[in-house]
Amino acid sequence: METAPMSMKLVTLALLVPLSATLLAPAQAQQKTTLTVATFPDLDRAAKAAVPAWNKQYPNVELKIVSLQYADHHTAMTTALATGSGLPDVMALDLRFIGKFAESGGLEDLAKPPFNGLALREQFVRYTYTQATSSTGALAAMPTDIGPGTLLYRKDIIDKAGVTEADLTRDWASYIAAGKKIKAATGAYLLADAADLRDIALRAGLKDGEGIYFDAKGQVLVDSPRFVRAFELGREARQAGLDAKATSWTNEWAAGFKQSRIATQMMGAWLTGHLKNWLAPDTAGKWRSANLPGGLYGSYGGSFYAIPKKAAHKPEAWDFIRFMTANKDTQLNSLRVLDTFPALIAAHQDPLMDEPIAFLGGQKARLLWRDIAAKVPAIPVSKYDAVATDIIRDEFEKVVAEGKDIKTALADAKSLITRRARR
Amino acid sequence: MKMRPLKARDVAPYLFIAPFFVLFLVFGLFPLGFSIWLSLHQWDPAAGLAAMRWVGFENYWYALTDPWFHKSLYNTLWFAIVSGLPQHLLALPLAYFINRRLKRTRNAVVGAYFLPYITSSVAIALIFSTLLSKDYGVINAVLAELTRVPLLGTLMPAESIDWLGQAAYTKPAVAFVVFWRFLGWNVVLYLSALQVIDKDLFEAATLDGAGEWQQFRYITLPLLKPMMFFAVTLTLIGNLQLFEEPFILVDIEKGVSQSVMTTAIFMYRLAFSDGDFGTASAVSWLLFIVIALLTWLNSRLFGRQVGGEHAAR
Repeated sequence: METAPMSMKLVTLALLVPLSATLLAPAQAQQKTTLTVATFPDLDRAAKAAVPAWNKQYPNVELKIVSLQYADHHTAMTTALATGSGLPDVMALDLRFIGKFAESGGLEDLAKPPFNGLALREQFVRYTYTQATSSTGALAAMPTDIGPGTLLYRKDIIDKAGVTEADLTRDWASYIAAGKKIKAATGAYLLADAADLRDIALRAGLKDGEGIYFDAKGQVLVDSPRFVRAFELGREARQAGLDAKATSWTNEWAAGFKQSRIATQMMGAWLTGHLKNWLAPDTAGKWRSANLPGGLYGSYGGSFYAIPKKAAHKPEAWDFIRFMTANKDTQLNSLRVLDTFPALIAAHQDPLMDEPIAFLGGQKARLLWRDIAAKVPAIPVSKYDAVATDIIRDEFEKVVAEGKDIKTALADAKSLITRRARR
Repeated sequence: MKMRPLKARDVAPYLFIAPFFVLFLVFGLFPLGFSIWLSLHQWDPAAGLAAMRWVGFENYWYALTDPWFHKSLYNTLWFAIVSGLPQHLLALPLAYFINRRLKRTRNAVVGAYFLPYITSSVAIALIFSTLLSKDYGVINAVLAELTRVPLLGTLMPAESIDWLGQAAYTKPAVAFVVFWRFLGWNVVLYLSALQVIDKDLFEAATLDGAGEWQQFRYITLPLLKPMMFFAVTLTLIGNLQLFEEPFILVDIEKGVSQSVMTTAIFMYRLAFSDGDFGTASAVSWLLFIVIALLTWLNSRLFGRQVGGEHAAR
């Protein structure tokens, strides 16, 4: 009887020894603090570019930048928050996930001491703080880059069609009329996807504090006139054959730009960098940037940094976040390496803003984007925005493809969104 | 009574099989049990384990009354039939033909049919999305060429078809890819069953004057029944869990993606896009019940003589 535990013990020991050796080794090897930053491409390039300057200023804190693909990163962070293990010290988040993560309660409230993030509020583009604030008023993250919404258009194509920039941007009716002229004269599509038009048009008339899909009390707003109007506009564009039916980020979409079959695209200013680097490098100099049609101001995307409640090195994490977001030099450096637009207002005053952009035919577009950024209304995000977006997208498809009545479609969307957001 | 002291030798066998049981426990049994537990809770994973809230069967009721769940079930059954039935209707005669007529080239032919089955589904989906592309796809290019052929040309569509962007085409396109992928697998299954049928039976039948069709109808088919049961069961289970092909072929950001939303995709969307893991777990168990029911039905259909008649050897 006595030999049994003995041999079991030996076995346990044999199993544990190599395990503990691997666990303990790294801890003993270093005295410096290692700050883990979980991020995703292309945002990771901003952090990597900041490493030399960081090391100079914080020689005792070593940065460990862990980068996963966009979707994998956010899934991994969800899992880490769920289990409370494997959490990084600093977590990068895309705007799309901010609502969900802010409500989760797994992130530090950066408004509270010792962070006191609200003191920095005036230094950032105003709508970013609203996006990063949860419904309970917690500041879940700090903004690092923003995506002022712009209409990118092909100057050569609209010139050929005898259309001016003012024709494109005056109002939606004029935008669609211009699209018909472009189609007739050049054969090019006005835009990639009628859904793009719907998505931005449904933000018409939004004011500070109003949500896109939900009001402050959580009531679903999708049967309001702005949604009806947005659906009508999208349907009109589709019926007139003005869109290439190419969903963003698909092969068809990219090919549409490469082959000059798409005349305009509404997107965050950062799309310029994507067009230049891989979507359509050969069309350099032919693009221009303008305000969104119909006097609308909106933003596309944006990146944030947050600290999980279970992070190991919170003071250092806060140092890092401030270094990335509230430091003018880092922000400008990110602009240089990434073409992302800084969230820090101080960076907007730099001479770098006056630099002509060769891809946009020498246009000083950053000045325009700066103006747009200042005018974008501060719209709160809801954790159910993603659900609502999905449902609206599906109902819109039914309207344009199956001829479903818009009022019915929006009523159906409303009941489904109410259902999904039940808790 | 004194027990014999345990020696390391007695423990060793358990140790050697332990890895399987440990892995099964951690990655098999635990998730299974946890998903039942989870399906009775409301849980947003980003909020941590502490945020789990008991809701009983509400998630099941919620799923059962959800219009998207109904739609996804319809889509799943549609795929199961439209991509599953032809697999067997074609694989059976094909296997019969290969078995009877091909001698030296047999392995090469079977290998060619089997290749899609062992290819990564992601690679397959990517290749097909290139083939099926509206403006740059080979399939539309071929169709466009065919319009120039007299007579046949009038049957061809005048405009290029948006295979993966228009609800009328997405389902058939995805079903075809699934069919193409699993045809070879079924051919191999049927072929292996055909090869064990005693040749004497066919010789005797030939002597009795039975033609090829009669031999197929009265010897081959009845003896293949057990394998048919097995193959149809596998197809049923596989098709009802269909996820990869529709998920990759029709981007979830596209408006039409709902036209190919299978129950597995709906479950994925509930969990990873809506953050509702409780309902997603409930949906997975509802799907399990559907699969179990249909498999049972299938066994009633085919299974009665399973085992008994295989003695023909």
